[in-house]
Amino acid sequence: MASSTVETKGFKGRPKGESGLSAWITTTDHKKIGIMYFVTVLVFFFLGGAESGVIRAQLAQAEMDLVTAEIYNQVFTMHGITMVFLVVMPLSAAFFNYLVPLMIGARDVAFPRLNAFSYWVYLFGGIFLYSSFFLGGAPSGGWTGYAPLASDAVSNMAFYAVGLNILGVSSLAAAVNFIVTILNMRAPGMTFMRMPVFVWMSLVTNFLLLFALPPIAVALFMLNADTVVGAQFFEPASGGDPILWQHLFWLFGHPEVYIMILPAMGIVSEILPTGSRKPLFGYAAVVFAGAAIGFIGFGVWAHHMFTSAIGPVARSAFALTTMFIAVPTGIKIFNWVFTMWGGKLRFHTPMLFSIGFVSMFTIGGLSGVTHAIVPHNAQQHDTYYVVAHFHYVLFGGALFGLIAGIYYWFPKVTGKLMDEKLGKVHFWTWLLGFNLTFGPMHMSGLLGQPRRTAVLPGELGGTVELYNLLSTLGVVVLIGSALVFLFNLIRSIKAGQAAGDDPWDARTLEWITPSPTPSHNFDAIPTVTHRDEFWHRKYAEDDAGKVVRVPAGASEDHDTDHEGEHIHMPDPSYWPLVQTLGVFPLGYGLVYLNFWLIGIGVLWMVIGLYGWIIEPLAEGDDDEPEDAHTPTGAAAAAH
Amino acid sequence: MRENPRPQRTSLRRARTITASVVLASLALSACAGDQSALDPAGPFAQAPHDLIIPVAIIAAVVFVLVQGLIIFSVVKFRTRRDDDGSLPVQTHGNTRLEIVWTVVPAVILAVIAVPTVQGIFEQMGEPDGDVLTVEVIGHRWWFEYYYPDYDIYTANEMAIPTDTPVRLEMTAADLARSPDQGVIHSFWVPRLAGKQDVVPGQTTYLNIEASEPDRYLGMCAEYCGLSHANMRIRIEAMEPADFDAWVEGQTTPADVPDDGTLAADGRALYHDLDGRQACATCHQVWEGEADRAPQQGPDLTHLMSREEFAGAIHELDEETLRAWLEDPNSLKPMQYEVNGIGMPDLDLTDEELDALVAYLLTLDPDA
Repeated sequence: MASSTVETKGFKGRPKGESGLSAWITTTDHKKIGIMYFVTVLVFFFLGGAESGVIRAQLAQAEMDLVTAEIYNQVFTMHGITMVFLVVMPLSAAFFNYLVPLMIGARDVAFPRLNAFSYWVYLFGGIFLYSSFFLGGAPSGGWTGYAPLASDAVSNMAFYAVGLNILGVSSLAAAVNFIVTILNMRAPGMTFMRMPVFVWMSLVTNFLLLFALPPIAVALFMLNADTVVGAQFFEPASGGDPILWQHLFWLFGHPEVYIMILPAMGIVSEILPTGSRKPLFGYAAVVFAGAAIGFIGFGVWAHHMFTSAIGPVARSAFALTTMFIAVPTGIKIFNWVFTMWGGKLRFHTPMLFSIGFVSMFTIGGLSGVTHAIVPHNAQQHDTYYVVAHFHYVLFGGALFGLIAGIYYWFPKVTGKLMDEKLGKVHFWTWLLGFNLTFGPMHMSGLLGQPRRTAVLPGELGGTVELYNLLSTLGVVVLIGSALVFLFNLIRSIKAGQAAGDDPWDARTLEWITPSPTPSHNFDAIPTVTHRDEFWHRKYAEDDAGKVVRVPAGASEDHDTDHEGEHIHMPDPSYWPLVQTLGVFPLGYGLVYLNFWLIGIGVLWMVIGLYGWIIEPLAEGDDDEPEDAHTPTGAAAAAH
Repeated sequence: MRENPRPQRTSLRRARTITASVVLASLALSACAGDQSALDPAGPFAQAPHDLIIPVAIIAAVVFVLVQGLIIFSVVKFRTRRDDDGSLPVQTHGNTRLEIVWTVVPAVILAVIAVPTVQGIFEQMGEPDGDVLTVEVIGHRWWFEYYYPDYDIYTANEMAIPTDTPVRLEMTAADLARSPDQGVIHSFWVPRLAGKQDVVPGQTTYLNIEASEPDRYLGMCAEYCGLSHANMRIRIEAMEPADFDAWVEGQTTPADVPDDGTLAADGRALYHDLDGRQACATCHQVWEGEADRAPQQGPDLTHLMSREEFAGAIHELDEETLRAWLEDPNSLKPMQYEVNGIGMPDLDLTDEELDALVAYLLTLDPDA
């Protein structure tokens, strides 16, 4: 296919860097992009963590004034935005990127350049949002952006409206990419019911993104118009409706909860069987429960609005759907517990975090059911009880699961193991700090502490003050724990113990590949005959029906002769990065309503798109054997 | 029977100790429940949801113990032993019967809970029976205003209600010039009397409250409403019906006009004319018996000194604090008058002006 006629039409040839900075910024390799997502998330995670430190320092005692109300409101708003949009969602994306192609036996995603585009949009969207701190103050209307407060210029929410839309573009492009990848690029024999649960949950999550992001995009454009051109979408005096914002926001916002938790559920569904040395209990039930959560997740949004201006019929309907969604969630929890039942459990760090996930998420799930008791929800809503609940779901749930995944796949990515001793210190301090921070919030909320107050009111009494002090101490523990984790990461990258290809005796296809994974993933695309394909290549039943390990090299189709096999890899490209830089002029233009900037941004991106389309293929792409294949030379070097 | 009595006794003693400490802890908890605690209902509209959540909390506690117990049991029982032979455990893939059980049982439990929940929703939101007192609530940034349509009374932050009488709150939000175009959403929450209900500009929402005992019930705005959201408190002063009638009597009496030549009279003059600066009267009403009692964008000051707290009920209302407030309002409560006109402006008052204004405001007391 490589044709010189195409090449001469392009502005420039394909980048040829094999290592160093240029190889990273032009990469279209799903693994490198996954690593870039991860490193970026780490930076934002520590920023968001620092913000939570400010919040807890201010609330350590009643009536403190470490920071002004103005700063406090910016900080709690940015904490929410950061953790949701810049940490948990892109951390899941890091896992989709690295793992989905490997788990389905593919060499990359369906649209590699679009994948790079998603990453750059995410990075620039995050930088754009944080630049607001230096441009007159960060958004301060809460991450939920309730209008009409959000449309008041004083809340500085233009950065929120534009920034979240930028990030939405990133997620939407990634969603299309992963859906197509999973539907079309599975290895021969990889039927739907043989897909690893993580791939299933990725598929469901990306469908959720695909359908949940449009409503919020619309709402954000309306908010953007309200803030910069004085549109009146949410202004009652002009016939606008503030409740409209809430519906549009939560129509996205509730599926968003599942967007954040389902990938972690997928990760845990991979680690628990490996750590228990048993297959997942009730694979089909776990998969269908996940899909059911995806569907029902679109029908529960107004349970975030039980105290808003909605009537008793709507409250009842959403109470029922909210209770209903507890059923598939419960199914998953019991299936995970019974995956461990009767196994031989090995408590390595990923397993500890996975068990922690099941345990902590259960608490968040149960407090979630109490929210469905609408008459009493009126006491819980917008208090620290709710803050406790969603941190048990998103921190005790999503983050525990994602951290389990980091420990679990770190050896595949780097070829080295993370330090187990430090990992265990991290786990136990994390568990302790987490519960110390968020456990007492259940009580302080029920005792009358509303959320989002810049001071802890002294009139709430000594008990509430004590609970708040405990929460603050918990954050101190968490900060220490996070530093242990960071230290472990850096040290293990530099001097970790060599991991080998399959350190956990794992079950899925990514472990067939060498560690670290070469850029072309598989020497030969595997043919899949079982669910947990890799495990079945390692184990077979003996004559007595007992499962035993197959001697190395004895399995039939492992490591077949691949000499001369045709490997087609995507070429690196400058264009995703170049084109994406246009979001800066476009974004600032929309915030400050500067048509010149908007024009430059749009023109920039159109030119970028044009360059992208007519970009030539690299030379000799198809016809040469792997060793001479230039763009994947980096992989050859890694062998 | 006598072979091994000791461990049994020990475990019994331990069980007793645990029970005692749980009881003690819950006692301590209820004793510590503050004036703003949702766990200490003081009227029927707080009691009903409380009675509904208790059985749900018990069920949740049982499920919690079950699941965490299963996890801990599995972790202990099925850990890989030191003498493990490395063989694989039995490879179960699932158990349909068991999976049906943990699908159906939770579904049935939830269906049972759903019935009283839906009933409760309609009861909570319906109009109460009997003699109902109506109070209109207007949420401003950052204070609550109350209007009693039956008596034509305006007041702020502190709401007087008679005990054992259902009170129907008709609520909306507004800001500048009392038009809803600048209003933001607030939420009215006095936990011991009822759950919260959002207060939305451009529409009316309703909330029922009722206090069984005379007391001062604390509450707060519960929907984030910007800069001073933390400083938007609510006080419900529940009093015996006779005391309430007396309160109404005092509030429906026009404010006294101070005698000429007194410091307070100077203050009243300044109140209406601040020499080119924005006079108090442009934003605050002191009703002296004119036909129309027209509210303005700031709190009504007619009987200011009948209230115990001010500035969103975050400060005690006394001479010293009042003076500090007039001198530099933003130091007592963050506001943003300079940015978008919300809140109390700094009027650059001289010491003499402060003396006079404070003297005048202190006279605004129906009991004086």
